[in-house]
Amino acid sequence: MSSSQHDLDALVAQKYRHGFVTDIESDTVPPGLDEDVIRLISRKKGEPQFMLDWRLKAYRHWLTMRAPDWAQLRISPIDYQAISYYSAPKKKDGPKSLNEVDPKLLATYEKLGVPLHERARLAGVAVDAVFDSVSVATTFKDKLASVGVIFCPFSDAVRDHPSLVERYLGSVVPATDNFFAALNSAVFSDGSFVYVPKGVRCPMELSTYFRINAANTGQFERTLIVADEGAYVSYLEGCTAPMRDENQLHAAVVELVAERDAQIKYSTVQNWYPGDENGVGGIYNFVTKRGECRGADSRISWTQVETGSAITWKYPSCVLLGENSVGEFYSVALANHYQQADTGTKMIHIGRNTRSTIVSKGISAGRGQNTYRGLVRILPSAEGARNHTQCDSLLMGDRCGAHTFPYMEIKHPSAVVEHEATTSKIADDQLFYCRSRGISEEDAVNMIVNGFCKAVFKELPMEFAVEAQNLLSVSLEGAVG
Amino acid sequence: MLSIQNLHACIGDRKILKGLSLEVRAGEVHAIMGPNGSGKSTLASVLAGRAGYEVTEGRVLYLGQDLLALEPEERARAGLFLAFQYPVEIPGVNNAYLLKAALNAVRRQRGLPELDAFDFLALIRGKMKLMQMDESFLNRGVNEGFSGGEKKRNEILQMAVIEPRLALLDETDSGLDIDALRVVAKGVNSLRGPERAIVMVTHYQRLLDHIEPDFVHVLSDGQILKSGDKSLALELERRGYDWVRQEARVA
Repeated sequence: MSSSQHDLDALVAQKYRHGFVTDIESDTVPPGLDEDVIRLISRKKGEPQFMLDWRLKAYRHWLTMRAPDWAQLRISPIDYQAISYYSAPKKKDGPKSLNEVDPKLLATYEKLGVPLHERARLAGVAVDAVFDSVSVATTFKDKLASVGVIFCPFSDAVRDHPSLVERYLGSVVPATDNFFAALNSAVFSDGSFVYVPKGVRCPMELSTYFRINAANTGQFERTLIVADEGAYVSYLEGCTAPMRDENQLHAAVVELVAERDAQIKYSTVQNWYPGDENGVGGIYNFVTKRGECRGADSRISWTQVETGSAITWKYPSCVLLGENSVGEFYSVALANHYQQADTGTKMIHIGRNTRSTIVSKGISAGRGQNTYRGLVRILPSAEGARNHTQCDSLLMGDRCGAHTFPYMEIKHPSAVVEHEATTSKIADDQLFYCRSRGISEEDAVNMIVNGFCKAVFKELPMEFAVEAQNLLSVSLEGAVG
Repeated sequence: MLSIQNLHACIGDRKILKGLSLEVRAGEVHAIMGPNGSGKSTLASVLAGRAGYEVTEGRVLYLGQDLLALEPEERARAGLFLAFQYPVEIPGVNNAYLLKAALNAVRRQRGLPELDAFDFLALIRGKMKLMQMDESFLNRGVNEGFSGGEKKRNEILQMAVIEPRLALLDETDSGLDIDALRVVAKGVNSLRGPERAIVMVTHYQRLLDHIEPDFVHVLSDGQILKSGDKSLALELERRGYDWVRQEARVA
């Protein structure tokens, strides 16, 4: 069989498909960060005083912090003064409708396959498309408004719903939480805000496509999703970025709040530029994602498919405060070429009879390094808490790595915590079996990998699941070990 | 259909096949018998294209082309089918999905239109009945959690669906109880025909009670020592293999 190093090298030659740059004049602040830059950002966005104060407080705290170094990652030092902290497509006024949106922008989304026009309506997806740092188009706002759902760019929410923002912002991820969260809190540009009122089931999947465009522009998205009592919402986040040589920093914060009996499903397909086959370029993705099951019987599910970025540092977590609340984490993470992923979750059990499920599937190929890092913490108050964790690693080739760091802190004797872990190679036997049935090596790899990821893919909304499978196929083209 | 000429093959430094020759024509059923370690499974593996075997001498012609020059998937598409001795589990991959992909790969090669989900289902339902398999098998992972007998049955189901020109059965009878053996034999017999050849590799005569071969060959130490009709199998059952080896030595 031809599963030699030679073939592995052929896989490495595979190029990133979304590598193009849209030529639009950007309104970009010169590189560097100080209090004046933060004041400028806040002023540009016309923010109320409380926002500026919050940003400044975060910034001052950030100055006292150091970048974390505990992850299984090799990160070259980042010069935070070399980054431009604000970039917006040049516009006199925001577009009132799609017709006013720069056609080049729309063409970009077209290339990425973002269903912004009728496709969006047909697919039943509302898209809040983020181009660089400012949201330029939001669809389906009216339909959502008719049931009282607020889904808008974060900066609009600050202007139109300041009391909601003030009440919930930073209530799950405090401005001082960690190095990257503090930086984000100080300089965040935009993102999405969702509020689903009491008893409302959001009538459609909410979706945001992020795209980093202007060179050297760090992206600092801020997303806040609140599901009030008895509410339900499913949110999809998908990302692609154009080709670039410099590393680009992305430090997002996502906060979820589920009140009593509420449910939030948050799904991500991440496909940022991973760097080339020599490990040059690519996005640094340092994200803080956390949800709080604040009320009894609430539920938060994170589902992620991470195929992009040069470095991923990401631990979508659940704080299970309410009695009987449920936290779930389903993850597929791929590290190919020189990609490094250190990702996992934290499940913090505080309330009684809280339950959590963790299913992590790590795929390593090329020289990729894939790390699962997870914490299950059961506090003395969490009587009857349960956790089930399953961590599976799949290795392709002999130059990649898989690492698993499960932490458990159990402080209640009634807790039931289970951990299962497996590491396997795509077995030559499996490949040969498929090939001896007339299936090409490449199709066989896709088949086996998709089978490996099935438990996660089935948690994704239908359209997203198809997208995720395609993405994985593209990312692994020729990857045989 | 299949012409194996003076085939030598090794794994690493270990020589396993040492000048094996065999002619198989369309419509024939051959049984290759032999003691453990004689090279039976190596022969099946080399013919199907499994990695790790090096052919050092000889050649194999299949339908006039150089079989050993083809990739495993090309051999399959050209109508070669290996029923595995130990079918592998592929967790999460739907049994029906694999089978449909396999069937359509072969159909494409034959210039036939691919079957859609409905036609495929209609086809496979009939075949599953033949193999006395429950339809729930279709939605399980490939061989995932199957018993030994179920795995073997699944192999023959695949064969019945794909309808190969040349079927290689590697120890298909091992691990089967008598009822399962009957079902598997029925599946294999249903495929007998003038256009198709079947080569069975087995330890025991018992399979041959159910699938009657036209030719029986004794493989020992990497060579075919003796060939005959089905009566040879009965003689082997009675006398073991040693006498064949002795006879060969004398000759």
